[in-house]
Amino acid sequence: MRRFTWFNATSLSFGLAFLYLPMLILVIYSFNESKLVTVWAGFSTKWYGELFQNEAFLDAAWVTVKVAVMSSTIASILGTMAAYVLVRGGRFNGRTLFSGMIYAPLVMPEVITGLSLLLLFIGIGLDRGVLTIVLAHTTFSMCYVSVVVSSRLVSFDRSLEEAALDLGCSPFEAFRLVTLPIIAPAVISGWLLAFTLSLDDLVIASFTAGPSATTLPIKIFSAVRLGVSPEINALSTIMISIVTVGVITASLMSKRATVRQQREERAAERAAD
Amino acid sequence: MRRFTLIAVPYAWLLVLFLVPFVIVFKISLSDTALAIPPYTPTLDFSSGWAGIRAFFAGLDFENFTFLTTDDLYWKAYLSSLQIAAISTVLTLLVGYPIAYAMAQSPDEWRPTLMMLVILPFWTSFLIRVYAWMGILSNEGFLNQFLIWTGVISEPLTILNTNTAVYIGIVYTYLPFMILPIYAALEKLDSSLLEAAEDLGCSRLTAFWLVTVPLSKQGIIAGCFLVFIPALGEFVIPSLLGGSQTLMIGKVLFEEFFSNRDWPVASAVAVILLLILIIPIVLFQRNEQKQREAEE
Repeated sequence: MRRFTWFNATSLSFGLAFLYLPMLILVIYSFNESKLVTVWAGFSTKWYGELFQNEAFLDAAWVTVKVAVMSSTIASILGTMAAYVLVRGGRFNGRTLFSGMIYAPLVMPEVITGLSLLLLFIGIGLDRGVLTIVLAHTTFSMCYVSVVVSSRLVSFDRSLEEAALDLGCSPFEAFRLVTLPIIAPAVISGWLLAFTLSLDDLVIASFTAGPSATTLPIKIFSAVRLGVSPEINALSTIMISIVTVGVITASLMSKRATVRQQREERAAERAAD
Repeated sequence: MRRFTLIAVPYAWLLVLFLVPFVIVFKISLSDTALAIPPYTPTLDFSSGWAGIRAFFAGLDFENFTFLTTDDLYWKAYLSSLQIAAISTVLTLLVGYPIAYAMAQSPDEWRPTLMMLVILPFWTSFLIRVYAWMGILSNEGFLNQFLIWTGVISEPLTILNTNTAVYIGIVYTYLPFMILPIYAALEKLDSSLLEAAEDLGCSRLTAFWLVTVPLSKQGIIAGCFLVFIPALGEFVIPSLLGGSQTLMIGKVLFEEFFSNRDWPVASAVAVILLLILIIPIVLFQRNEQKQREAEE
């Protein structure tokens, strides 16, 4: 039985304090009465009220959610296809280029991805707006999805698929009935990752958004460039709470799913004996 | 037929939206600035046939790249990006290693919780995490108020809008990328090796240097690259936390494009940044490859 040593307990507490204190301070000051973010003048929720009356922020939030839902959904489909091709597709012409194009966006600086996509959109005469942001976000997030899904595809027992094929399934049926349910948790986490990446993205969106569509990060960035503002603190608090609740729920759900799966597998083994 | 569709759809998507854009960037980096829409010349004109294509290639040159070497701003920005990224990587390692070490040493039932606590900030908006430091580091900010209150300093320190603030920002936002690979390496470490080292007369500190650190080398290397590579092209952190004297190439590129509207120079800046990044990316890939081979 291992216990915390004095040294380890200290470094963990300092580490976690470093990770969480800045956000905690941000949350606390969002309830500050004063316009001056650094002086505490009593508890108030008025900045939340002002935030919900700010049309520009609400519009931007709506655009951001739309873009995130669309791009993460397309990215999940394309990313899963790409992962399947990479892990199960065998050899084909241009496989090296394909896997290169899957991994390159993960390490590409956002300024370069954004600049290159903008030049493409201008080159083909596509007006910048929701569509161009969705195209841009789908392109980089499908690579993240395919990395998440391919790690699941690599680890699962291929004989299950082969059994389905032996029993008369077409390859597509085998995928739908056997492979897809097994990789589903990975596809869902890929979707969540793509969704968050799209919600967060500032740089690529700045390049690909037009005057007709502004996303929330672009709005926040132009507001905070001028300095700290209590309204942005309130907005940040809302976003932090959504993410915290979402991540905790997702991890509890995946824990329950794992437990259930293990139970079913044990039951199946017993039945087989 | 189905197999073809399965390959072709993601392939075509990435070709059109990833590879072709780079070719365009490369092409524009060889063009000249012009007062036109789009603001560069030459543009490819297929309507005049071969003559048009020949004229197009004749109009391309390396002028922008020569310009980058003559103007101080650019090579200083590249050098200072490399320096800032390198210093922040070392700082992140110094902060991250003890945390990863403590996580790997902690009781089993604590590990999933600690793991989640380290990952959770990563899911929170990057922009908000950087913004949080603006309120802490400013002259009237939380940190200065706290330090004056405890009597450590009497005058507020200027931290916001300096390189120090950029270091803090990078360490803070990229810390999970450093902790996780090191933790993964340390978790696999067989504790009997340490016991053996101690039995053979090593002090705990010597055993740490001679056994733990070398065995977590792969994790350290992976973590360093995962911090260094994105930090090099960082834009948000230098523009919110850095000052006017903070030169980072991501910021220069952004401003060259949006404020100066000099597309050819911005493209040339991007091409060189990409060339610089190829070295650490290839080294990182090789490290990952080695790790995979070691595991098999």
